Amino acid sequence: MLLSEMKKGAAGRISAISAEDPLIEAKLREIGFAENDAVELAHIGPLGRTPVCVRLNRTLIALRLDEAKAISVSLDP
Amino acid sequence: MTAAAAATRIALVGAPNCGKSTLFNGLTGGRAKVANYPGATVETRHGRFETPGGRNVDLIDLPGFYGMSPRSLDEKIALETVLGKDGAAPELILALVDAANLRTHLQSVLQLRAIGAPMIVVLNMYDLALRDGFEIDLDKLEQELELPVVTTNATRKAGREALLSKLDGVLAHLTDIKPAPAGRYPAPEDIRAHQGAARRIADAAIEHEPLFNRATRIIDRFVLHPLLGPVILAALLFFMFQAVFTWSTGPVDFLDASAGALGGFVGAHMPAGWLHDLLVDGVIAGVGSVVVFLPQIVILFTFILLLEASGYMARAAFLMDEIMHRFGLNGRAFIPLLSSFACAIPGIMASRVIENDRDRLTTILIAPLMTCSARLPVYTLIIAAFIPKENVGPFNMQGLVLFALYIAGVVSAVLIAFLFKRTIAKARSQPLIMELPTYKVPNAKDFFISLWMRASAFLKRAGTVILATSVILWFLAAFPASATTLRESFAGRIGALLEPLLAPIGFNLEIAIALVPGMAAREVAVGALGTVYAVHGGPDNAQGLSETLQSAWSLPTALAFLAWYVFAPQCFATLATIRRETGSWKWSGFALLYLFTLAYAGAGIVYWGARAAGL
Repeated sequence: MLLSEMKKGAAGRISAISAEDPLIEAKLREIGFAENDAVELAHIGPLGRTPVCVRLNRTLIALRLDEAKAISVSLDP
Repeated sequence: MTAAAAATRIALVGAPNCGKSTLFNGLTGGRAKVANYPGATVETRHGRFETPGGRNVDLIDLPGFYGMSPRSLDEKIALETVLGKDGAAPELILALVDAANLRTHLQSVLQLRAIGAPMIVVLNMYDLALRDGFEIDLDKLEQELELPVVTTNATRKAGREALLSKLDGVLAHLTDIKPAPAGRYPAPEDIRAHQGAARRIADAAIEHEPLFNRATRIIDRFVLHPLLGPVILAALLFFMFQAVFTWSTGPVDFLDASAGALGGFVGAHMPAGWLHDLLVDGVIAGVGSVVVFLPQIVILFTFILLLEASGYMARAAFLMDEIMHRFGLNGRAFIPLLSSFACAIPGIMASRVIENDRDRLTTILIAPLMTCSARLPVYTLIIAAFIPKENVGPFNMQGLVLFALYIAGVVSAVLIAFLFKRTIAKARSQPLIMELPTYKVPNAKDFFISLWMRASAFLKRAGTVILATSVILWFLAAFPASATTLRESFAGRIGALLEPLLAPIGFNLEIAIALVPGMAAREVAVGALGTVYAVHGGPDNAQGLSETLQSAWSLPTALAFLAWYVFAPQCFATLATIRRETGSWKWSGFALLYLFTLAYAGAGIVYWGARAAGL
């Protein structure tokens, strides 16, 4: 499942990060996204569910749905 | 070493929110110089300090970045300084990492290490990490990184001693290290490799890691709630603007009375003559009328600085992103635009955090529409004179009108942004990837240093631009000596040339005259009106300016004047900043033109609308 499709409160582990634009992937990695990291969709924006806010390790990261599509997550059972 | 004069250049780098400015203020005592590099719009803070071993250090504070793939201008500036593209690479880098966020922050350390930059790794906010329950094996970390590692607690002096004593040791051997080669941005495979290595090292060094900050989790449940969040944001902004107006009453009255008393004292103790008139009517009345608004500027910046330092501002950007996105902006533009409520200049400079050039240009062009504090003197004067001090429900009527003026600026900015994004600044939508920092209690020293920088900048303007224009205007209004009425003076003649142009929007000759020096800075118009009416009415005119205006202006004129000020780009400093940040006078000229067009149209519509409504 893509991070952009996750429901609020859902949690899982990142299985892949790949974006068409290599700079977006670089940016996602530099701010802390990495394979096997636990993520939780903590908050959603007030208008049209975007941007989303994910809890990643010990940080909170906000990103738009377009960027969230670059991250695949396998949901916790 | 005998060359004590040559200071060692040390750059302070690190991710946003890792306590960089607190450490900078702690090391340098907050005495910073803002420096411009020739040929670029780079502006960085420089400070000096001496190590215990007696070495002079030139410390450079750089904008925060997560890694070496820069997207925003801010990040490019930081990286280019580190890589020495401005001519001289720093001799040593202090790489700040949040001790509680090693996994992520070590990535940029490894990227910098890969290009061979001489470096000390500083685990900042170490005390907070320990308090939260972290256990970190520092020897292991030093071993794995093959770099010197120190821990700091930037807020306390004792917390910086380890760093200072390490510095001397490292600086003594600095000549052995090759200077950093001109770097390049890392390739995707390098980023992945550094990410893997950073995690491996962090996992090896971290012995125990606590869960996510509980207080932040609880606060965010409310602050980021899809319904409650925007309500809290709106309430905060509303409270902030009401506070600016109501809390400042006492100090403003005090400063006003002091300026009046000073004018009276000087007036009574000086022989009559042109010098007497220049001091009393020109200098004291002109500068005094602007300095009285210092309390409001201080209150506004207090709010902005506290919201920023507590971690709330990034949440506001998150909440505002989608709505701003739909109007062609970016959530990141929220911070520059909110700063523009204090002053458009720091606001325009803060737009460097916006990654896309077109988004950035749009933000810069609309920043002057945010109601900056320089408009407050004008707004408060007119509101106090023409809007009754009644309560409408629980709200103060004057406060409501002020709020409406702020809203008018915001709404027009939004519409203009929408228009620009479809015409001159077309671009495809740009990404937003932003960290929301853990909430923290703002550091008192950082807060007061920042507040002082803002307040002193305002006073400096009062002492220079406004002093000069007050004197010039007084001269223009008082001479030639043969003039017995205002219309015959130099100012009257210039104003008379403008009057036919401004008469259709309800402006009289005095307004036309006040707008002449008011071109330099908005708040000058208050002093200018004071001077114009004081000279006009002669020395026997003891009425306050506000009462003078009540009898001289109709209500539609007053309202049109307020509308004019929502838009008019009367600030040389802002236009110069736009030129510097966009690299072209073309955009300054464009801003000047479109804002004056809006001002003229807005004032005209308000004037004729108010007349038609029978006001």
